[in-house]
Amino acid sequence: EKSRDGLLNKIGKSIAGKNTVDAETLDDLEDALISSDVGVKTTIEIIDRIEARVARDKFITQNELQQILREEIADLLKENRPEQPAEFDADFQHKPHVVMVVGVNGVGKTTTIGKLAHLYKNAGKLVVLGAADTFRAAAVDQLTIWGERAGVPIVQQGQNADPAAVAFDTVAAAKSRGADVALVDTAGRLHNKKSLMEELGKIKRVMGKVTDGAPHEILLVLDASTGQNAMQQAKAFTEVVDVTGLVLTKLDGTAKGGIVIGISNELSVPVKYIGVGEKIEDLQIFDRVAFVNALFGSDE
Amino acid sequence: MFEDLSSKIESAVQTLKGQSRITDVNIAETVREIRRALLDADVNLDVAREFTNNIKEKVMGSGVLTSVNPGQQFTKIVYDEMVQILGETRSDIAVANTPPTVILIAGLQGSGKTTFSGKLARYLKTENNRNPILAAADVYRPAAINQLKTLADDIGVPVYSIEQKDPVRVAREAVSMAKSLALDTVIIDTAGRMHVDEQMMNEVAEIKKAVNPHEILFVVDAMTGQDAVNTAKAFNETIDFDGVVLTKMDGDTRGGAALSIRSVVEKPIKFMSTGEKLDALSPFYPDRLAQRILGMGDVVSLVEKA
Ligand SMILES: Nc1nc2c(ncn2[C@@H]2O[C@H](COP(=O)(O)OP(=O)(O)OP(=O)(O)O)[C@@H](O)[C@H]2O)c(=O)[nH]1
Ligand SMILES: Nc1nc2c(ncn2[C@@H]2O[C@H](COP(=O)(O)OP(=O)(O)OP(=O)(O)O)[C@@H](O)[C@H]2O)c(=O)[nH]1
Ligand SMILES: [Mg+2]
Ligand SMILES: [Mg+2]
Repeated sequence: EKSRDGLLNKIGKSIAGKNTVDAETLDDLEDALISSDVGVKTTIEIIDRIEARVARDKFITQNELQQILREEIADLLKENRPEQPAEFDADFQHKPHVVMVVGVNGVGKTTTIGKLAHLYKNAGKLVVLGAADTFRAAAVDQLTIWGERAGVPIVQQGQNADPAAVAFDTVAAAKSRGADVALVDTAGRLHNKKSLMEELGKIKRVMGKVTDGAPHEILLVLDASTGQNAMQQAKAFTEVVDVTGLVLTKLDGTAKGGIVIGISNELSVPVKYIGVGEKIEDLQIFDRVAFVNALFGSDE
Repeated sequence: MFEDLSSKIESAVQTLKGQSRITDVNIAETVREIRRALLDADVNLDVAREFTNNIKEKVMGSGVLTSVNPGQQFTKIVYDEMVQILGETRSDIAVANTPPTVILIAGLQGSGKTTFSGKLARYLKTENNRNPILAAADVYRPAAINQLKTLADDIGVPVYSIEQKDPVRVAREAVSMAKSLALDTVIIDTAGRMHVDEQMMNEVAEIKKAVNPHEILFVVDAMTGQDAVNTAKAFNETIDFDGVVLTKMDGDTRGGAALSIRSVVEKPIKFMSTGEKLDALSPFYPDRLAQRILGMGDVVSLVEKA
């Protein structure tokens, strides 16, 4: 890990007084990006962009190169859509603002919902949770406990109920109670399982029958320790339910979650939140600069 | 998304035809293709580097170029090397001389420990005629105990749990319980933990110390990327596990993490989990995983020809 610490500095030094970046530095950069799960394709793209910038801007300083590197990577990470702000006290166009949370097994969907509920509630919003994971053993119990922790009500029909019916009920309940936000949990499913993905499409569609445009946000949860398969996940989920934002969880370990760079860029979807632990307060609004810095081992 | 690596090797080697021997220079392109395939499959960067270096050495002196099918020969060398690193097929679990056999399950959050604990209990019960008890030593995750109980009910296996948040005590008392009920196996499901969380890593070490497991299994999500080596190393240093379980193999991940883990901690991969249902468990097949990592659908017939 130590070798990565000084990478930005090293990169800066290597171009002083030149108009190209030397091969060794580019190799180091490549290694750092690959080790962070950025992936070969996106890594090549980033390196090409750096080379092009350096050739164009010529004889830039060390600090400038570091800045360029940060900019070029941050550039690939898309901005939030205006109607889907990440701030918890923001006003929404719809009431209730319906958020559906999707992803493969065990990435942190239910936990993220608990954390989101807490943050929305602290920001003064009226929140309702929907237990549309009726499949995983004790999934409803798990969400119920999160609802209690956050102090928000949950709509559920028990285990093995029809998940689309629960989703429908949740939005209907949120509407009739005048809730601001409805957060709908779904069962983890691998993106290559056709029938489960179709089920997800159905859960989504049924919510639109209760209130216009629902769900207004579809968050895809990705585990930071996941490698290149996250790209396949993102593509498949986007195809079926039109993902509007990403949540990157488990960044409290040593995994960097670099795969989100390529995903955000290719699918034009912003990273909205990061998960940094198992406690209710362990969710943060995504910060591009901090993320890019962490990629190179510096946390400031 | 991935092109078949064997056809890439084939065409790269075609360009070498007519050369009488392999040199550092003319082999570079092929080696780069292999390295890239490994990285795309989530094999750790350092492991991929070492792997391709080994391949290079093996190929250099092998007379591949002058053989009848140089591309196939080359592919076979890559494939064989990988199968060898991945180890043999096995699903053996230690058995205690004096029962009960104690099995400890550990790993990162969400990797599939609880589901695997249920699967292993079912497997030992139905395949090996054993009488297991599950110990609910995850006292933190909301509804973890209920989750384990639900799975255990499905397969008719008892669960030991207590109100107190004391996982060491749960583990110890589950073993006593097994003795008094004459049950021959205790499977301890533990909480997910980050390898950098010192307190939680100490806790799992304490559990190990308290019950002296005969078998410790490290559960890893097959979709894990570059970080797999860091986590496997850290868990191995703390609990010196006996084997690895690869979960979520029913997905479309290449599963290169397995190669990384095998190379870094030399512990066998014992099981693959291939679904959410309790019967979705199989022994580990190194040849199938090697084909998957390399994206070689038809490598078996290819290798047979070579
Ligand atoms: N360290 C850490 N653990 C997390 C984070 N987010 C979730 N977890 C843990 O990851 C595990 C799985 O979380 P869940 O919320 O149950 O995941 P899920 O996606 O709902 O899982 P399924 O419903 O089974 O598909 C739990 O042990 C959580 O405590 C995080 O940001 N950091
Ligand atoms: N598709 C698939 N899903 C699996 C497999 N193994 C486990 N899962 C799912 O992955 C999710 C997490 O599994 P758990 O068994 O709860 O994982 P865990 O390691 O006990 O999680 P924590 O206790 O929170 O750390 C659940 O949704 C399981 O159903 C598998 O082999 N294939
Ligand atoms: Mg869940
Ligand atoms: Mg568990």
